[in-house]
Amino acid sequence: MSKILTVSPSPHIHSGESIHKIMYRVILALIPALVWSVFVFGIDALRVTLIAVAACVVFEYVIQKYAMRITPSVGDGSAIITGVLLAFNVPATLPWWIILIGALVAIGIGKLSFGGLGQNIFNPALVGRVFLLISFPVQMTSWPVNKQAGIDGVTSATPLGLIKETLKSGQPLSETMGDLPGTMDLLLGNIGGSLGEVSAILLILGGIYMLFRKVITWHIPVSVLGSIALFSGFLWLINPEMYMNPVFHLLTGGAMLGAIFMATDMVTSPMTGKGQIIYGMGIGLITIAIRTWGAYPEGVSFAILLMNAVVPVINSYVKPKQFGGKQ
Amino acid sequence: MLKTFKNGGVHPPAHKLSADRAIEVLEIPKTAFIPVSQHIGAPAVPLVKRGDTVKTGQIIARSNGFVSTNIHSPVSGKVKKIDTLPDSSGYPRTGVVIDTEGDEWIDTIDRSETLVKEFSWSGKEITDKILEAGIVGLGGATFPTHVKLIPPKGKKAEMLILNGVECEPFLTSDHRLMLEKADEILVGTMLLKKALGVQKCYIGIENNKPDAIRLMREKTKEYPEISVVPLKVKYPQGGEKQLIKAITGREVPSGGLPIAVGVVVHNVGTAFAVYEAVQKNKPLFERIVTVTGKSLKKPSNFKTRIGTPIADLIEAAGGEPGDTGKIICGGPMMGKAIAKREVPVTKGTSGILLTGGNETKRKEQKACIRCSRCVSVCPMGLEPYYLMTVSEKQMWEAAEKNHVLDCIECGSCSYTCPSNRPLLDYIRLAKGKVGQLVRERKNG
Repeated sequence: MSKILTVSPSPHIHSGESIHKIMYRVILALIPALVWSVFVFGIDALRVTLIAVAACVVFEYVIQKYAMRITPSVGDGSAIITGVLLAFNVPATLPWWIILIGALVAIGIGKLSFGGLGQNIFNPALVGRVFLLISFPVQMTSWPVNKQAGIDGVTSATPLGLIKETLKSGQPLSETMGDLPGTMDLLLGNIGGSLGEVSAILLILGGIYMLFRKVITWHIPVSVLGSIALFSGFLWLINPEMYMNPVFHLLTGGAMLGAIFMATDMVTSPMTGKGQIIYGMGIGLITIAIRTWGAYPEGVSFAILLMNAVVPVINSYVKPKQFGGKQ
Repeated sequence: MLKTFKNGGVHPPAHKLSADRAIEVLEIPKTAFIPVSQHIGAPAVPLVKRGDTVKTGQIIARSNGFVSTNIHSPVSGKVKKIDTLPDSSGYPRTGVVIDTEGDEWIDTIDRSETLVKEFSWSGKEITDKILEAGIVGLGGATFPTHVKLIPPKGKKAEMLILNGVECEPFLTSDHRLMLEKADEILVGTMLLKKALGVQKCYIGIENNKPDAIRLMREKTKEYPEISVVPLKVKYPQGGEKQLIKAITGREVPSGGLPIAVGVVVHNVGTAFAVYEAVQKNKPLFERIVTVTGKSLKKPSNFKTRIGTPIADLIEAAGGEPGDTGKIICGGPMMGKAIAKREVPVTKGTSGILLTGGNETKRKEQKACIRCSRCVSVCPMGLEPYYLMTVSEKQMWEAAEKNHVLDCIECGSCSYTCPSNRPLLDYIRLAKGKVGQLVRERKNG
């Protein structure tokens, strides 16, 4: 008697792709920027990242096991990403207990309250970040000295913060130009700011890796950055004394981090290329609108969260092109 | 730039283990089980009864309607019984069981190997011979070939496309046939062309078969109306609609047939069968079957009589490896897993694949992370993740509105899903239900 055969419907093979492989590629893509942030902000950057990651993983495990009573899924690596991204969005000097609160909000409310991975509408790390920004505005905007930039004093303002202050005081932008870092400093990360927003070039490197490994497609990063450049360029051409140039907007305030790592979160972005472009353009426009006319110097987080909310609508209206469908 | 279809598609590893194995003639089975339904359409009606003596090539079941075809005895011997036995679908099917005695062919068949190039037949004569010989699409779809040669009223064929893509991993039967029977395939193609009344013919071959492309190019110098089109490797390019898109840029409309864009597609194996039927008077009772698998001792291509138990083929390829978990009729992407090794080779059996160990088991299903890979690989422009959701919730109207009936069941979505979600299983369920609803609506 020979062995009983397995019978199941086709396909009988699988690509071998899995959630944790995708997630670990994202983590790998984040590492260069993380290393640079440690270089720039010292051991504090590592401290913030480790606390955030550990907190996210532990909160996910505990909530899933004891509150939701389901098998914890921390092995998939998504909680680690939430932790790293949360850390990337806060100053290196943030006290540990605030990080814990941020992690709890990110995982507990941002992710698990919706049902867990794949169910959440908003980017969990950004939910945590925005919650902290509103609840602890002082700590969240006390930027540590960038050791590389060599700025004196205890805290240094972010470039976008400087712009906002200048404009609030009614002065033209040319007054503050001398205090702003140059394009090269912005690219390399010789500026003040959150952990992960300081080196545009390493974030781009991570993005290229993710593109290459097919974790993300070009649609979202290109449409976010493209619309930021177009919209801010348009304003700048109208009045360079009132509005900053597009290169500055692209390289500051987490535009790169947002466009490459946060807006591309697959769970909270649209399903079709066309939909992703609409979503990305929305993020770019809202970002510049907030930076230009809003109360906050920075708008990427809010822009992404606002567009996250629109994703279900985009998905129900923007469909892929049906093969052989009516034109 | 090599041609290919535009949207979607995947690149599963090719594993063409038997590509270098010349076609061998498999021993005639001791007992043959020949289902009367080996094609899409009405089952044929048995013409023989228990105790009858039959010869190889003798008609044993008659076509029953327009979309149906004849069945011939693949062996000579005595009819043991007419019975219902399971075929590769797993369902019991009516068929003729014949105990083999010798191998005596009907004397109308020309058994010589000489290449015959007789093109004086009329289109009607060719079509009639094809029906008489019981030829169906040998790529696996088994649609009766003569039906495709008679376009519906008001439709006109402009070109013939010959399908030599063989995009399923592991399978090599079409590849070998192109290498070993190129002349015959081209004569068959000319006959098909004539029957259709078209001027132009393209042969699509993926560029992972450079030897076949080279040979066919060489041989087609004699036939200026036939051109070879090398294609960039991408699954499911062997799908009719994808192949037409790749070669002509035309899209068969949703719910329509290739003839709607003036194209008729036939498989290279079918063209060979047409050659044999028209030039050699030989009905379709044997075909090339690839027997393959990573653990198999001797992956092979066999010229096999219809009705041969799959167990015989496996034996001839070195026996069943110890780690075998699943035996698949066809390729790994679209083939059917069979439960019993006694299942016979039928006209649609292009290959037998033995998979083992870990390959057999499906991995644990995880939550959808909305990565949109299923959407980007779907060659039909569907949203598999959404169709699965509405199917789970039994929202059949939503499934219909989102074109579930367009699905060609290529399996690219399930293959790609990083969460191992059984997308195609649920889409099939929805297709069945929606198809039923559509029929009910039509019948009032």
